[in-house]
Amino acid sequence: MLELKKVTKTFGDTIAVSNVSLTFAPGQMVGIIGRSGAGKSTLLRLINRLAGVSEGRISFGDTDVGALEGKALRAWRARCAMIFQQFNLVNRLDVLTNVRIGRIGTAATLPVMLKRFPAEDRANAAMALDRLDLLSQALQRADTLSGGQQQRVAIARALMQKPSLILADEPIASLDPRNARLVMDALRTINRQDKITVITNLHTLDAARAYCDRIVGMAHGHVVFDGTPSQLTSAVIQEIYGDDTETAVDENLTSTMAGTSPAGRQMEAAH
Amino acid sequence: MSTLTPTNGRLSSTTREERLLSFEGRYRQQQFTRRNWTLLYGALFLAALIGSIAASGFSIPGLIKGLPMAWNYIAGTLPTLTIENFWGDLANWYWGLRFWTRLLVETILMGFVGTVLGGVLALVLCFPASRNLVENTAIYFAARRALEFCRTVPELVFALIFVFAFGLGPFAGVLAIAVHTAGSLGKLFAEVNENVDPRPIEGVRASGGNWPMVMRLGVVPQALPNYASYLLLRLEINVRGASALGLVGAGGIGQDLYVAIRQFEYTDISAIMLLLILTTSVIDIICETIRHRLIGHDLAASA
Repeated sequence: MLELKKVTKTFGDTIAVSNVSLTFAPGQMVGIIGRSGAGKSTLLRLINRLAGVSEGRISFGDTDVGALEGKALRAWRARCAMIFQQFNLVNRLDVLTNVRIGRIGTAATLPVMLKRFPAEDRANAAMALDRLDLLSQALQRADTLSGGQQQRVAIARALMQKPSLILADEPIASLDPRNARLVMDALRTINRQDKITVITNLHTLDAARAYCDRIVGMAHGHVVFDGTPSQLTSAVIQEIYGDDTETAVDENLTSTMAGTSPAGRQMEAAH
Repeated sequence: MSTLTPTNGRLSSTTREERLLSFEGRYRQQQFTRRNWTLLYGALFLAALIGSIAASGFSIPGLIKGLPMAWNYIAGTLPTLTIENFWGDLANWYWGLRFWTRLLVETILMGFVGTVLGGVLALVLCFPASRNLVENTAIYFAARRALEFCRTVPELVFALIFVFAFGLGPFAGVLAIAVHTAGSLGKLFAEVNENVDPRPIEGVRASGGNWPMVMRLGVVPQALPNYASYLLLRLEINVRGASALGLVGAGGIGQDLYVAIRQFEYTDISAIMLLLILTTSVIDIICETIRHRLIGHDLAASA
């Protein structure tokens, strides 16, 4: 059980996350939606401890995440795997090594310096890559892959961490509709089969509606909505996405997923 | 474990075991090839190292035998300082301080002017010398060779030529430093250029910019922090280098150092060396501070 209590994060004078309290039950698939700058990314980075909280407390079971240091902190980071919008693979390393990076959270320093990994890691990496249909590219350099493939490599790296939860920061924002669906399908399958909690930032409503059991809406650093997809009414959408000057938010315009919204279907029909 | 993505036609006919087996085979093949190349290059490196040691006469016993002699020479240059008459002894040691300070300032200015002149030349030449920025191979080739010529001829040789052409004095030294700086900085700048992100370049070109505009707006803003960092490093090196140019009469404090060494004015040697070490340390510290501020600013801006 991941619990955030009155969490606030400030950068100088700007408040990125303001007084956020949330609980995530194990095995949930949660979508966090909101405009750019609403504090979604910062929230995930706080959970992974890529950034430290200014006020409040994040805990996982009995662990106080904010107090972790050294080895325990590295183990925690490995336990909540991060997936990034720009994939954040090491371009000049091959796919296999990128996936094996998922094991370094618990590995000794010296073998990693020499890029030595146990054969068991290689076998697990191969299995993870095969699961994502990327095994034939395993020995290629990461930057020779397409965006969708790179994001699936990042998911394989996350799986190697044997995580309790996966934090995905806009995983499909840089992908075309078909690859976006492949990536979201993969995340949902992992969520269902491996019982791993998935918390994913999405800036599109249709992806959140199609894939998540629970949706959290953020605006200006605050949580303004927390409920099921069906509870997401147009008034709530207006509060999450709109500002004082805009009139109505057209849900279709925020679509990136082919075939999951009317707009997507129309675009496909037009081709 | 089931697959997470629909398999495409090519793979659907094989089983998971077959795919894993084929991967293991390819992995072993790759490791085998890699290990052989590593062994080959390792052997070549070792051969080169052993050959160089033999040719240059480097030997550990010689080093152990020679070190005390080097120390004897250094010890011989040190003055006798007594506690009773410390200030008097110090004044005696640094009898030529006024004169040396003037030469020291001249040395620093030589290094500075040489760096600026060389930096400008390097900046002009670095764009045609970048593989990713020029399509014409002839221009690239010419620019690369020009930079190579500038940096492979030692500063002292250039200084000798310029002393012959322009007479004794710091002017010849400045020119020698500028030419060498243009060569080495130009190469480093060009390498920075080759590592920039090509997308902004495409953006500027797609908006209708000509070649100089693409360089100015697409390349320079990306490369600027690295240029600055290399330029400051070069300034440190050049101030040090300028102090040696006096040996051939090209100005700076080296002139007086050379006289002291030749006339066996032992304490003068140590006095001047100490001044030089202090000056270069101060310049090092200043440049390092500036460089860290530049890099720090850049890190903050990109975060």
